[in-house]
Amino acid sequence: MTEATAEAAERAAPQAPTARMPLGWLLLAPSLVFLLAFTYWPMAQSLAQSLRIETFGTDAISWGFGNFGRLFDDASFRRAAVNTGIYAAGTIVPAIVLALALAVGLEAATRFNALLRSVVFFPVLLPLVAAAALFLFVFLPGIGLLDYHLAMIGADRTNWLGDPDVALWSLIALTVWKNAGYYMLFFLAGLQAVPHDLHEAARLEGAGAWGRFRRVTLPLLGPTLAFVSVIALINAVIQVDHVVVLTKGGPSDSTNLVLFYIYQQAHENYDYGKAAAATVISLAALLALSALSLRTLERGAHYES
Amino acid sequence: MRDARWLAVACLCGVALVWSTPLLWMVVAAFRPQNFGGLSMASLIPDFAPTLDNFAEALDSADFALLYLNTVIVAGGILVVQLVTITLAGYAFARLRFRGREVLFHLFLLQLMIAPPVLIVPNLVTITQLGLYDTLLAAMAPYFASAFGVFLMRQTLRTIPRDFEEAAAMEGANWLQIVTRVLVPLARPGMIAFSIVSIVAHWNEFLWPLMVISNPDNHTLTIGLATFTRGAESASQWGVIAAGTFLVAGPLLLAFALFQRQFVNSFLFSGVK
Repeated sequence: MTEATAEAAERAAPQAPTARMPLGWLLLAPSLVFLLAFTYWPMAQSLAQSLRIETFGTDAISWGFGNFGRLFDDASFRRAAVNTGIYAAGTIVPAIVLALALAVGLEAATRFNALLRSVVFFPVLLPLVAAAALFLFVFLPGIGLLDYHLAMIGADRTNWLGDPDVALWSLIALTVWKNAGYYMLFFLAGLQAVPHDLHEAARLEGAGAWGRFRRVTLPLLGPTLAFVSVIALINAVIQVDHVVVLTKGGPSDSTNLVLFYIYQQAHENYDYGKAAAATVISLAALLALSALSLRTLERGAHYES
Repeated sequence: MRDARWLAVACLCGVALVWSTPLLWMVVAAFRPQNFGGLSMASLIPDFAPTLDNFAEALDSADFALLYLNTVIVAGGILVVQLVTITLAGYAFARLRFRGREVLFHLFLLQLMIAPPVLIVPNLVTITQLGLYDTLLAAMAPYFASAFGVFLMRQTLRTIPRDFEEAAAMEGANWLQIVTRVLVPLARPGMIAFSIVSIVAHWNEFLWPLMVISNPDNHTLTIGLATFTRGAESASQWGVIAAGTFLVAGPLLLAFALFQRQFVNSFLFSGVK
């Protein structure tokens, strides 16, 4: 479209109902009200609450970093922060590698591939709570789905959710199972945009399958990869439903994640100061992450074919 | 070369097998008689006459009709409000020029990262102050604005040629008529895609409703399932858990089976397209 027609349309689009309130702002108002009330206001409120110190039994209020001090002194929080890091890396890397491999393997549009894609995609639709309910039995020691079938190949029973060294990895496995299909879809879409003749050219030059993947496919999937990584990272921070159902953060905090910790502090211990401080830390991490990835997201949002 | 191909196919089948096992088990166990199984409860072979006993017991121990109703109200209510807010905002970002547009656009972008679950604690305070605690509206309110939906609509609207609007404007239509009569019908694919993603997300939502709802009359399916699972787990009623999970996930799985292509396209739409 040329600038001239764009401007004609701009003129054609009727002007603001009142001179003071441009139509654009008016149309954005409903969204803005809810964004302000449930995104920006709570961010400010968390910051204020985290700096506010109430002394128990008195009305005295002072301000300072006391809540953060108490937060960092809390071994449960430190454990939750470390766990969240392990959990994020442990879910993102295998889920993305698997999703990419599945996308490449199932790219061709055959009936067989369509079936396998559906199978991998099904868990995406399952509520995380429902997945967790199923995995209660999957992880059941001895007679559960995993141990029952592992016993057939002679493996010993494992206390998948009760052993502090294993439990977090069990949750990681559940998350990979749940999310890999979702990420696969993005890679499948990305692969469709890879021009076929590039592959042909590489083949003519004698590149093998792996060479073609590394030199042609992977570089062209760069933006998709970046985008999926951001989504996966956000998911790792905000999804804790399975922790609530399966482990409640235990045994001995080995599966406690930061968001679950926040939930516990607010919902069970009524320690809003610590909950707010932990929220502020999470927000800071997400903001730092978004500053790094805003370009990626924007590219995704701006992309037009 | 041929060998490598077969190896790849074998690997894919292996992954598919592992991936499908939990859901296969869910189906088999849900229909397995309760006195059956015992130590081989994990068996995937349906070597029994199927029964609905597990479903009967699941339906008996939780008020699924109410849970479905509440979930439909919450997911549907969110979607209806969202469709209005994202269409208006999407139109503003796609078609209008006004002061502050870039700043606002970035404010919206930020919500993509600051996902509502992180803000459960301060939002709980707000909801309580608004007097909405323990209502279905509380479970919906934080999702009425969707940055993601706004981007989706903006993108969709930008792919529609302006000729249609110009023609309508020539005939004297105002902006509201242009949006509702011209753009919304043309933007339907984008709106359907968003609707599917939104319904799936809120059908499956758990932590936030858990925070703001306490009265069992207001429970949604996921909260109901979690409560019910706790009871059935302590009684080791795995068949009943499988049946309950089946009931909760069933509608979406069925919808996916029926509208597979539409679902897949919608989820793709939710990202880079």
